[in-house]
Amino acid sequence: MSRNDHFVAPVKGEELVIDRVAVDAKRSNLWLDAWRDMRRRPLFWIATVVALVIVVMAIVPQLFTNVSPTGGACQLLQSNEGAAPGHPLGFDKQGCDIWSRIAWGSRTSVTVGLLATIIGTVIGLVMGALAGFFGGWVDAVLSRIGDIFFTIPYIIAAIVVMTVVPKDERTVLVLAFAIGGFSWASVARIVRAEILRVKQADFVMASTALGLGRFRTLISHVLPNSVAPLIVVATLSLGNNIVAESVLSFLGVGLSGSISWGADISQAQSVIRTAPMSLIYPSLALTITVLAFIMLGEVLRDSLDPKARAQR
Amino acid sequence: MLFYILKRILQVIPVFLGATLLIYFMVFAMPGDPIAALFGDKQPPDALLDQIRAEYLLDQPFIVQYLHYLGGIFRLDFGTTFGGQDVIDVLARTFPVTLRLAVEAVAMAFVLAIVIGALSAFFKNTWFDHTMLVVSLIFVAIPIFVVGFFAQYFIGVKLGWASPTVGENNGWLGLILPAITLAFSIYATSMRLTRSSTIETLGQDWVRTAYGKGLPRRRVIPVHVLRNSLIPMITDLGTQFGVLMVGATVTEAIFNIPGVGNTLYLAIIKHEAPTIVSFVTVFVVLYVIINLLIDLLYGLLDPRIRYVS
Repeated sequence: MSRNDHFVAPVKGEELVIDRVAVDAKRSNLWLDAWRDMRRRPLFWIATVVALVIVVMAIVPQLFTNVSPTGGACQLLQSNEGAAPGHPLGFDKQGCDIWSRIAWGSRTSVTVGLLATIIGTVIGLVMGALAGFFGGWVDAVLSRIGDIFFTIPYIIAAIVVMTVVPKDERTVLVLAFAIGGFSWASVARIVRAEILRVKQADFVMASTALGLGRFRTLISHVLPNSVAPLIVVATLSLGNNIVAESVLSFLGVGLSGSISWGADISQAQSVIRTAPMSLIYPSLALTITVLAFIMLGEVLRDSLDPKARAQR
Repeated sequence: MLFYILKRILQVIPVFLGATLLIYFMVFAMPGDPIAALFGDKQPPDALLDQIRAEYLLDQPFIVQYLHYLGGIFRLDFGTTFGGQDVIDVLARTFPVTLRLAVEAVAMAFVLAIVIGALSAFFKNTWFDHTMLVVSLIFVAIPIFVVGFFAQYFIGVKLGWASPTVGENNGWLGLILPAITLAFSIYATSMRLTRSSTIETLGQDWVRTAYGKGLPRRRVIPVHVLRNSLIPMITDLGTQFGVLMVGATVTEAIFNIPGVGNTLYLAIIKHEAPTIVSFVTVFVVLYVIINLLIDLLYGLLDPRIRYVS
């Protein structure tokens, strides 16, 4: 027996037990567990199907309607008329087909919501990751910058940005930056907290011990393990950003010259007494869309959190 | 505690300077000439325009305007609107209305949120809990202006239980309908927070101990459970303040309430830069102060906070 061998004598009369690893057990990791949990929940499937339908509608609205939402298809003669063959939801004040405007309006909501979410998430991810991982003065500076942006409600900031921009330059990208550029602070806080947690893990120390640079460690070991809450926040903020777009359109500082649910709802306000349906249908479309994304975020949050799963 | 207070106050200073600078910069970048716009079709001679510009310091470089404005804030001088009124006077007139609206909304939302949230926690995973969670999600998903229009249409116009617009009738009673609308926007978050923190408290050792030493439910729940699980609600009020400000702007626009939010909205439409800056600044200053107070209160209520940080 060499000197390096480590031997613990078994207590007399006791059988030597070796911890067994069950080889045939199901493979398991955070994402697989989450998937197994999610696919059993009807809420997940409902939300996913609704979200997919809306995304498809935003990409190819022609699949859902063959009536044009603007131009010649709008006959003032049909103003505020009820449902007719080929026009399931009737007509709005301008005599445009409401269903067609809902189908085409999904494009504005989804693109602005998606872009704003990507912008907000990317800025938040970079700021939060750098602050959490490097700590020290980097953390102090970035966190204070985050605090500044956190102090200004993003819709109010976006109102100011959108009034600054002349009407003909209010493009999708500008609007997305106005919303995303001011809503990243909460993402950054969550990412920072998550990075701080993961940083303590043994595999991070192992990575440093193996000689990986700080940046490589951040990119290949810390970030992939902090991504779960980020995905949850991104899904939830997609819903919130769609609401933000509609609020801005409602206040008259949204996109100019595009079909938007928020703008349609705001337009219908004046005929609420005579034609309430032209207000109710776009509101319903907006609510269902936002609800789908928020539910998806909720289900993801529940399923990705082992503690919450165990509590149920 | 003194160290904690000092530290929190020192942390607030850069945030305050940064936020005001950011707002001022954004509005400074606004295109168009607000003075020329003020006169509409009949343009006065350039000399007069320049004189008015100088009066509002619009001919000075950005940093001079900003410092002048910052100095004003500390003297509680928020400048004058383009209509010639002191912003502080406009605030004095509009702020009480918005405060009434906000207090009414927060009170309604919080009472309902605490009751439903606590009940959901006690009856965790029953049909009641599931229903209330889905309802709260729906509340999150409905944009506030949709709630506002529906309240205005069904309760105000159809049923006639309350006036669809508020106008001058902005006492506690007159503001009920808009306050319900505003309450919608903060109810869901608060209710879910109450639920999760109550569930957490219910699992604590001291609750088991309380039951173990034979205390009845009617004593354990208010004294040992609710009092502890309601502390996070205080922080919640601070973070929800932003939602409340946006909500107040939209609600006041819909119901035509002469409050701060409505004034801000009208100023934005009219491109009245100084008025916008003043009102957004007031929002931000309030936000900073309220969150500072809440943090201090929190430190007072929960010793763990002030020692850890």
